Amino acid sequence: MNIASGFDLAELVPLGAAPRGMRGVIHHIEASQINASVSSAEIERRLLEFGFLEGAEVDVLHEGPIGRDPIAVRVNGATIALRRSEAMAILVR
Amino acid sequence: MTDAHARDGDENAPPRLALVGVPNCGKTALFNAMTGSRQKVGNYAGVTVERKTGLAVSPARFDYTVIDLPGTYSLRARSPDEEITRDVLLGHRSGEGRPDLIVAVADATNMRSAIRLVLELQTTGIPVLLVLNMIDIALRRGVEIDLDQLSAALQLPVVTASAVQKNGLSAVWDRLDGMRAEGWPALLPGSWHEPGGTELRARQRRADEILRHSVTVPPKPDTLTNRLDAVLLHPVWGLLSLLVLLFVMFQAVFSWAQPMMDLIGFGFDTLGAALKAGLGPGLVESFLVDGVIAGVGSVVTFLPQILILFLFILLLEDFGYMARAAFLMDRIMGGAGLHGRAFIPLLSSFACAIPGIMATRVIDNRRDRLTTILVAPLMTCSARIPVYTLIISAFIPARPVLGLFSLQGLVMFGLYAMGILSALAVSFIAKVMVWYREPAPTFMLELPDYKLPRARNVLRELLNRASQFLKRAGTTILSMAILMWFLASFPTPPDGASGPAILHSYAAMIGSLIEPLLLPIGFNWQMSVALVPGIAAREVVVAALGTVYSVQGAGDPSTGIASVLAQQWSLATALSFLAWYIFAPQCLSTLAVIRRETGASRYVWISFFYMLALAYAASFITYHVTLLFQ
Repeated sequence: MNIASGFDLAELVPLGAAPRGMRGVIHHIEASQINASVSSAEIERRLLEFGFLEGAEVDVLHEGPIGRDPIAVRVNGATIALRRSEAMAILVR
Repeated sequence: MTDAHARDGDENAPPRLALVGVPNCGKTALFNAMTGSRQKVGNYAGVTVERKTGLAVSPARFDYTVIDLPGTYSLRARSPDEEITRDVLLGHRSGEGRPDLIVAVADATNMRSAIRLVLELQTTGIPVLLVLNMIDIALRRGVEIDLDQLSAALQLPVVTASAVQKNGLSAVWDRLDGMRAEGWPALLPGSWHEPGGTELRARQRRADEILRHSVTVPPKPDTLTNRLDAVLLHPVWGLLSLLVLLFVMFQAVFSWAQPMMDLIGFGFDTLGAALKAGLGPGLVESFLVDGVIAGVGSVVTFLPQILILFLFILLLEDFGYMARAAFLMDRIMGGAGLHGRAFIPLLSSFACAIPGIMATRVIDNRRDRLTTILVAPLMTCSARIPVYTLIISAFIPARPVLGLFSLQGLVMFGLYAMGILSALAVSFIAKVMVWYREPAPTFMLELPDYKLPRARNVLRELLNRASQFLKRAGTTILSMAILMWFLASFPTPPDGASGPAILHSYAAMIGSLIEPLLLPIGFNWQMSVALVPGIAAREVVVAALGTVYSVQGAGDPSTGIASVLAQQWSLATALSFLAWYIFAPQCLSTLAVIRRETGASRYVWISFFYMLALAYAASFITYHVTLLFQ
C-alpha cells in the first residue's frame, strides 16, 4: 500500500504521538516539520542510521517519567531512546 | 598492486589495524584482548572518545599495530569523538597514512547497523576484515550465522570472536596471519563521500537483504532486559530506583568505608608515633611526621571511600544502566537546558571531572557540550570526599536518623545533592541568558541489553584507580605537603620571640595576607593558606591543613586532624568551609582539560570565576546564617 494507490494518510500515526505498547510498521519518514538544532535532512539521516527505515516494525516499549517523554522504541532488534518531538518525523501505520 | 608492498608508509613496520564499529559493540574489549592493554570498557555508547594505539603480537609471533577508535554509525562525524574515527580512516591526520586494514567490529547479536557501516567503510578503499564479536552471547541466544554466505555477499573475510573469553580471538589471529602470508591486500583510492538519506536507505536495505540470507535470529529477544526495564524505566518506579540507587551509593561511601579508614588511619598514627620516638625532636622528625605523614597520610586514609564510589559507578557502567539513567533524566536535564546524554558525563564526574569533561565528546551539539563542560566540575568529584568526610566526622554527630541512615551519611548525600542542583541551576541560567534563541537539540541513544558485570574487569579498573590515586598521593600531594611543611616551618622565630613558632613562618605571612579577604566567610589564616596548594588538587587542602596544624602543635596530635579541627573551628566556620568546597574553583588539571576540550581559554576563565563567585557567596550565606542560629 502506498500513497499513489489511494492509501489514506489519515490512518498514519506519528510515532511521537504513539502511546506505550503501540506496535506498527514505518510508512515513511518526514522530518521537514521538526524544529531542532540540526537540519531536517540531518534528522532524517540520524533516524535512518538508528534503523528507523520504511517497512521496519516498531514497538513503543517505555515512556519517560515526565510528560511521557522520551520514548524507548524497539526497532529491528535494538532499543532506541528518542524524544517525542523527533519521533514525530516517523509515520507509522 | 596486490602484494605486501602496497601498504602505505614503512614496509617493515607492523601492519596498522583500525578497529571500527557502531558504539558499544566491544571494540575496546577486542583492543584490550589483542594488545594486552587495560583500556576502560563499559556497557554504554561512548566509553571510548579518544584514539588509542597498542602493539599486538599474534600467537604465531607476528606484530600488528592496533588502533582503537570511538564508535560511530557512519563516517559523517556528527560529534568530536566521531571526527577522530573519520580523520584516521580518511588519512586526514597529519603525518599518518591511512591504516592498512579496517577491522570492522560487529555485535553478533545485532548486526543491522554494523553491516550498513561495513558497506560504507568499503568505500574508503581500505581492505576490511569483519569480526563478529560477542559470538558466545549470540550463539547462546540461538542466533545462527552462515559465515560463508555473509563473506560472499560482502566480498570480504568474516571471522567470529569473543573478546572476553580465553582463546576467543584465535580465528581473528589466524585470518590476520593468513593475510600476511598471502600478501597484504592493497589500499585502493577512496571514493567515500557523505551519504544522503537516499543512499543510507539503499545501504540499509542492502544490509538487511544480506542479513536475511545469512543470519537467522530467534523470534524472542532478550526477555530479561525487557523485564528489568519494565521496572527500571517505569515512569514512577524507574525514577524512584534511580534516587534510591544514588542515595545508597552515598550512604555506602560514608558508612562501608569506616573500618578500612580506621585501619589506615591507625597505621599512619602508629608510624608517626614510632618515628617521633625513634628520631627524637628535630627538623628531620618534623619533616617526616608533620610534613609527610600528617600531610599525605591524612589524604590516603580516604582511599577506601573513593574506591567504593568507583565500584558503584563501574558496576552501573558494566551493567548497562548508564543509558537508562540518561533516558530517565532527559526531560529533567532538558528543562535545565542540558542534553539527556549529558547525564553520563555528569555521573562520571562524581569520580573525577576530567573523564567527565572528556566524555562530553559524544554530545553532538556544541552549545550542549559547552554547558555540560562548564557545569561538570560542580558535580562532587572524589577529590572532595576527603574534605567532606573530614569536616563531617569532626562536626556532625554520628546519630542514626529514622533508625536507618546515619546523620553523617545524610549530610554527605545533601552535599552531593547540592552539587547536582547547582549544576542544573547554572545550566538553566546559561540557557535563559545565553542560549535562549537556539532550538532544542536532538536526543537519540541506543539502550543496550543488560549484561552481568564481569568481576575481572571491575577489579582491574578498581586497581587502576587505586594506583592512580596512590601515585598522585606520592607526587602532587606529597610535594604540596612538603611545600606546606617548609612554609609552615621557616623562617624559624627570632631568639626571644613569644607564641608558637609557626606564627613567624611564611605560611602565617601568606595566610594573614589572604585572611582579610576570607574573614567575611569565617576562614582563619590556617585555612586561607591551605587553600593555595588546594588549587593543585582539592584533597591537598586536607593535607595542607594536617601539616599546618601539626606543625603548630595544636590540639592533641595523637587523635588526628579531625579532632584538632573540632577544637579549633566554630561550627559556622566548618559549614562555611563545606559550602566553599561544593563550588570551589576546580583543580589545575580540570582547568587544563577545559582548555583542551573547548579550544578556548575564555571558558577556563569563565568556569574559574563563576565557581569562585558561587563558592564565596555560598560560604558567606552559610557562615552568617549559622551564626544567627547559634
